[in-house]
Amino acid sequence: MAVMATETKPGAAVPAPVATNGGAPLPAPLPTPGGPPNSWGLGDGQAIPWEYAPAPESREIVTIRERYGLFIGGKEVAASDGLTFTTIDPSTELPLAEIAQATQADVDAAVRAARQAQSKVWGKLPGRERAKYLFRIARLLQERSREFAVLESIDSGKPIKESRDVDVPLAAAHFWYYAGWADKLDYAFPGRVARPLGVAAQVIPWNFPLLMLAWKIAPALAAGNTVVLKPASTTPLTALLFADLCRQADLPPGVVNIITGPGEIGMALVTHPDVDKVAFTGSTAVGRKIAQGIAGQGKALTLELGGKAANIVFDDAPLDQAVEGIVNGIYFNQGEVCCAGSRLLVQESIAELLIAKLKDRLSTIRVGDPLDKNTDVGAINSRAQLDKITELVAAGVAEGAELYQPACELPGRGFFFRPTLFTNVAQSYRIAREEIFGPVLSTITFRTPEEAIEKANNTPYGLSAGIWTDKGSRILMMVKRMKAGVVWANTFNKFDPTSPFGGYKESGYGREGGLHGLQAYVRLEDR
Amino acid sequence: MPGVRIGGTDRIDVRKTYKLYIDGAFPRSESGRSYLVSNPKGAELANASRASRKDVRDAVRAARKAAEPWAARTAMNRGQVLYRVAELMEGRRDQFVAEVAAAEGMSGRRARTLVDHAIDRWVWYAGWADKIAQLLGSSNPVAAPYFNFTIPEATGVVGMVAPESSSLLGLVSRLAPIVVSGNAAVVIASETRPLPAITLGEVLATSDVPGGVINLLTGLKAELVPVLAAHVDVDAVDTWGVAAEQQAPVEISAAESIKRIARRPKGISDAAFDWTDDRAAQRPEWIAAFLEMKTVWHPIGA
Repeated sequence: MAVMATETKPGAAVPAPVATNGGAPLPAPLPTPGGPPNSWGLGDGQAIPWEYAPAPESREIVTIRERYGLFIGGKEVAASDGLTFTTIDPSTELPLAEIAQATQADVDAAVRAARQAQSKVWGKLPGRERAKYLFRIARLLQERSREFAVLESIDSGKPIKESRDVDVPLAAAHFWYYAGWADKLDYAFPGRVARPLGVAAQVIPWNFPLLMLAWKIAPALAAGNTVVLKPASTTPLTALLFADLCRQADLPPGVVNIITGPGEIGMALVTHPDVDKVAFTGSTAVGRKIAQGIAGQGKALTLELGGKAANIVFDDAPLDQAVEGIVNGIYFNQGEVCCAGSRLLVQESIAELLIAKLKDRLSTIRVGDPLDKNTDVGAINSRAQLDKITELVAAGVAEGAELYQPACELPGRGFFFRPTLFTNVAQSYRIAREEIFGPVLSTITFRTPEEAIEKANNTPYGLSAGIWTDKGSRILMMVKRMKAGVVWANTFNKFDPTSPFGGYKESGYGREGGLHGLQAYVRLEDR
Repeated sequence: MPGVRIGGTDRIDVRKTYKLYIDGAFPRSESGRSYLVSNPKGAELANASRASRKDVRDAVRAARKAAEPWAARTAMNRGQVLYRVAELMEGRRDQFVAEVAAAEGMSGRRARTLVDHAIDRWVWYAGWADKIAQLLGSSNPVAAPYFNFTIPEATGVVGMVAPESSSLLGLVSRLAPIVVSGNAAVVIASETRPLPAITLGEVLATSDVPGGVINLLTGLKAELVPVLAAHVDVDAVDTWGVAAEQQAPVEISAAESIKRIARRPKGISDAAFDWTDDRAAQRPEWIAAFLEMKTVWHPIGA
């Protein structure tokens, strides 16, 4: 699944690359102090001087049209005022397509279409028939998986090996899993009848565009709801391709509606008076605004918000495995992951060795073209996000943390940022407190399990946590004490449609995935 | 001002001073204020403490301190502690009947029904303590070599705005599902009918419920609810007893720290709700409203 990188097979030797546009006005990478680690690698933390042959995935399978409309009531329509915005390829900064910018009138039309479809068609359809539509969608996604993967990487900047091996298969698996619930709702909640909520308004982020669409749409449809979904404005293309898939599946018109536009349109959608259920994935700041925007309206609400996960490594952990897990935890998807392991908590006695191993590993991470099959870290999703990462990294340096970046070469254009490792980080630093949503790891040390727990929980977030130790009883003790909705033991960033996902505290409420995720889309009535 | 009459009338009553119940103790409001409580027909019953925002903060601090050790008790132990509350209420049944009859202006017979249901409700929820995890937890068949399971855990500190009409049964019906799973509660009692809540505090103080797990405040909701809803160390709020026009402002402040919000369902009126209807008024979903689901991935391998 979320495996980050494979062992490098060296090619022809070239001189060490010169750092180009690092994305950040920062000092050049420094040699690693503390001597070489004793297990593998060159030990100096510098880039291994090998050139990798390009292994580009073909774009040929994808046709990107010049313009895309909204998907309302089964039809593609232009925005009511005809306005559009541009979506770009973040790895080249070149425009990809013009996308309709929905208006309030379009929101009204989409909600109306969803309401009509829910009360007249979808809500009346027997569960076994809804199930078959969802199975069809799962199958179609599998059939067209490469097309979706390539398009996802082009529009979002994420590496093809990730969209191909993680995002798209998981999205299909979500539809598959919830398809099977559609005709089994009578068995899902003992003593209760599960009724659909009605029309669901769903607003999703840009980091996993298609996967988040699947997390939102699959359980909603299984339970008999219809949806109006708004993808992020920087990553609308796979959602709009999904509209074509709905057409291929002969899904009744209005069951799935997709509107595109800026955040204000998302807010207009969730606050629409005829919406029964709101589901949002994104930042805590926007989640708060949504909760406040619908206050007093009695809508069901689930929020999947930000995180600042602790990845805790004890002295008895299998270190090489932990290094892979740490890398996967923070550099997977450029660190643009709400549950990213952005705080590395290392037991003091092994800190020096672990950091040395980690620096060595960082030197083999390949940053670059998202469509290259060997790329580990692709493009940052947008200029705004790159600026935010740059600003926070600069703040980390200014506050006194020690910066390490491998001397890898970055492409000459596009939004790229080097994998970044901070040591000597105090808990009060911004890089230890704020969600960076980038490939930036902050290292903090601890001596006792008690101290690790205290530091791990010392954040308003509570989405995820990682624990690395050889001792099973310690894992379960830590699990019990962590204020986090997902705890990975000796692994990180694993996802599955059967596995409930969601946060404690300011990381939100409600769960997606599993039976718990289904419950977020039903009203339970007495039998 | 007639007191609540329990015994004969041929002697002068020893009347009770109604105070707050915070951290296992009975302080007056730090503000020194009180307010007059009458029955629905206007007859004076007693003065109740009029809690201040500082009292709310003190109660939240007590609840926070108590929450973790309470959640760390075994489920069976929490069940027994709740059952013990029922045992002690049973012994004071006549007192509760008299107080509920006075507070709600009803016959002794009707009040007896309500009190009996309140006692039985503790028993019902006590039994859930060691079962809710089996009902709501799961082991999840992920498509990878991991043992994956989900367990419910208490949310933490819950701010509860008690039903306004039902002074005791409504209060118990919303409170028991909050604390049975290991949450600590800060309760703002019915503003107009607060006295049975404080008598419940006397039961709690002599039961095995640790001090701070349940804190009971009396006073003006308009003054106290916004403070409770905005308090950043409160993890969830139960808004059943919030007046309709206050619902939106309460949710807006609660959202500031992403609090979980449990609402009175649409179309259900506080005054008309039948708390003696067991199907409607005692539900495992009300326990689930104050739980967090924690999912754990553990590798399977040699």
